[in-house]
Amino acid sequence: MTKETLSDFPLELEGADVPMVRFSKVTKRYGDLTVLDSLDLDVAEGEMVTIIGPSGSGKTTVLRMLMTLETINEGVIYVDGKPLTHMPGNGGLVPADNRYLRKMRANIGMCFQHFNLFPHMTAIENCMEGPVHVLGLPKREARERSEELLEMVGMADKRDQHPSRLSGGQQQRVAIARALAMRPKVMLFDEVTSALDPEVIGEVTNVIRRLVAEHNLTMLMVTHQMGFAKDISDRVCFFFGGRIEEQGKPEDLFGNPQRERTQQFLSAVKEAS
Amino acid sequence: MFDWRWDFTFEILPRLLLATVNTLMAAGAGYAIAVVLGLVLALAQRTPYRALTYAVRELVEFIRSTPLVLQIFFVFYVGPQFGIRLAPWTAGMIAIGLHYAAYLSEVYRGGLESVPKGQWEASLALNLSPARTYFRIIIPQALPPSLAGMGNYLVGIFKDTPMLSVIGVAELMHTANAIGSESYRFLEPYTLVGVIFLAISLPTAALIRVFEAWVRRQLGMS
Amino acid sequence: MSYLEFLAEFGPRFVDGSVVTAMQTVLAAALAIAIAVAMGLMRLSRSVPVRWFATVYIEIFRGTSLLVQLYWIFFVLPLFGISLEKFTAGFVAVGMNLGAYGAELVRGAILSVPKGQWEAALALNMSPAKRMIRVIFPQAFLNMLPPWGNLLIELLKGTALVSLISVADLMFESKQINSTTFLSAQAFGTALVIYYVMSRFVITPFMRWLERVMARKMGRA
Ligand SMILES: Nc1ncnc2c1ncn2[C@@H]1O[C@H](COP(=O)(O)OP(=O)(O)OP(=O)(O)O)[C@@H](O)[C@H]1O
Ligand SMILES: [Mg+2]
Repeated sequence: MTKETLSDFPLELEGADVPMVRFSKVTKRYGDLTVLDSLDLDVAEGEMVTIIGPSGSGKTTVLRMLMTLETINEGVIYVDGKPLTHMPGNGGLVPADNRYLRKMRANIGMCFQHFNLFPHMTAIENCMEGPVHVLGLPKREARERSEELLEMVGMADKRDQHPSRLSGGQQQRVAIARALAMRPKVMLFDEVTSALDPEVIGEVTNVIRRLVAEHNLTMLMVTHQMGFAKDISDRVCFFFGGRIEEQGKPEDLFGNPQRERTQQFLSAVKEAS
Repeated sequence: MFDWRWDFTFEILPRLLLATVNTLMAAGAGYAIAVVLGLVLALAQRTPYRALTYAVRELVEFIRSTPLVLQIFFVFYVGPQFGIRLAPWTAGMIAIGLHYAAYLSEVYRGGLESVPKGQWEASLALNLSPARTYFRIIIPQALPPSLAGMGNYLVGIFKDTPMLSVIGVAELMHTANAIGSESYRFLEPYTLVGVIFLAISLPTAALIRVFEAWVRRQLGMS
Repeated sequence: MSYLEFLAEFGPRFVDGSVVTAMQTVLAAALAIAIAVAMGLMRLSRSVPVRWFATVYIEIFRGTSLLVQLYWIFFVLPLFGISLEKFTAGFVAVGMNLGAYGAELVRGAILSVPKGQWEAALALNMSPAKRMIRVIFPQAFLNMLPPWGNLLIELLKGTALVSLISVADLMFESKQINSTTFLSAQAFGTALVIYYVMSRFVITPFMRWLERVMARKMGRA
């Protein structure tokens, strides 16, 4: 992360159309490898943005930086108008301290490719852990909230099972409930169906469909399922080599891609499936 | 066995059994120190401070590669040189506790490293505090893979308590030595000490295996 | 007395003690390896009495303390007509004790050789002995080298106990120096450092080197 004070970025985004998420000239490097190259990306409140692109193009990295799992080399990410990993200080933006980071992190929830449920806790204990011990809700309230969410993802009857007793699809649905229980403003899904057997993919995508239909959540999703992306996204971004090569409404990007790389990628994907 | 005297055996048995209590207390107290201190040593190697990690690592290596009996002498005799007198029990517990803390820290380290990275990431994504992450998420998962090692070292510390006799802690070996030098009979006391050790360490090892399986089940991880 | 003066006066005795410790270590290691291989193979024998014998040996030596075994061998065995000189009693006790631990390593390493290797050897119509010597053991050997490194350090540390039956090893010399000078930190501290150097800068690099050489020999480098 940049150690010095950043002075050419606003301390806060203001105005009527402040996006829920803004990547502003964000660069990420691993050693010599530039994974994201001065990325600019806005996601409006309630918008569902899907990220597609070839392997290694930096899709996961975008989500992980937003979850603060990775540091940023250059640029600033804003969430709900406030810088995510920087805070005002020294007449500009300085790297955020832990307290600030924890406050900002509360805005974001994430579901992982491999679920990452806590194996020693039952489904409902997984869901209650954050509400009770981070948000400080009374147990009873956290339980009610968790039961409601497990109900919504169709896992109410398995609430007292440990993850080892659940199928991949079931674990992923619990993981979605667990993330939602924290009431984040932004939800991140990183290839949540990639580790699943084909026959259970539907139960997870259906949950996400319901989320899109019934809630006004801001969502960022990485997926390799083009059909699903086309159905539910407000906007699709095609990543290539750490940049957004092309973006647009799903019917445009899938129906009439402008860039050659997008066309190549989409036809390669079509052939494979 | 031709020279074995049963009357003598029964005469010294109560004394040896009494000393066994001391041996068990020494093992228990030493292990308690080691369990806690070992965790401190393991966690100290996971802080962002490179120098601390390095210093603790070297300390652990040093303790693990030098003889316990020498460490016992060191702790017992070096204090008085600088005006600190330690009772044999105190010195013994410090030495044996520290020695096994070094071993246990390695067990914990292995256990901690066996927890998948995703568990840390999920904890962070849920915004759990570092303390909560360690004590509620990571350590419970690091525990089952550590149990076998922890159990081995429990038996190990028990079997190393005879070394405390060198500074006069009145455990089994010390008592057997005393009996030997009073009566000039070594066969019975030393053999009995061996039998007592076997009679305790073998069932303990078996119990530990049962316990390990039980913990795994309790945590729903079998 | 400065530490340098201390070293000048007692250095030779530390050297003498270290030589004895090194000899005890080498002899005990040789014995431990022989016992470990024998007992490890016997544990896998098809004959019940053979297996049983090895199990009893291993459980007895692992279930009691090295110090108890040392005293027993030195003070009690003579009553049975087997008198060992203290130097011999020392490395025999250490070797027999660590051999029991080594046997478990040997057994585990042999069992870790994939079943396909046993079957392939059988398919070549090798005799059981040939199969073990030519095919299984070389692979098992490579697998068990790393844990043997740790065991040898335990063995070195174990030899410190022979000082308690008055073998003049490093531990013994440092105790003697301590009781004449009362310079405990210097006497025991120096010995600690020497043991550390032996473990960390002799045994460990030697085992690493051996692992590399053997891995290369067996085409696994
Ligand atoms: N911790 C890391 N250290 C070094 N390089 C990394 C690290 N994490 C990711 N990378 C590299 O960064 C690049 C982008 O990775 P990222 O995971 O974002 O790709 P992706 O678009 O999600 O690909 P996939 O579709 O395979 O998941 C890749 O080249 C990857 O090898
Ligand atoms: Mg990815």
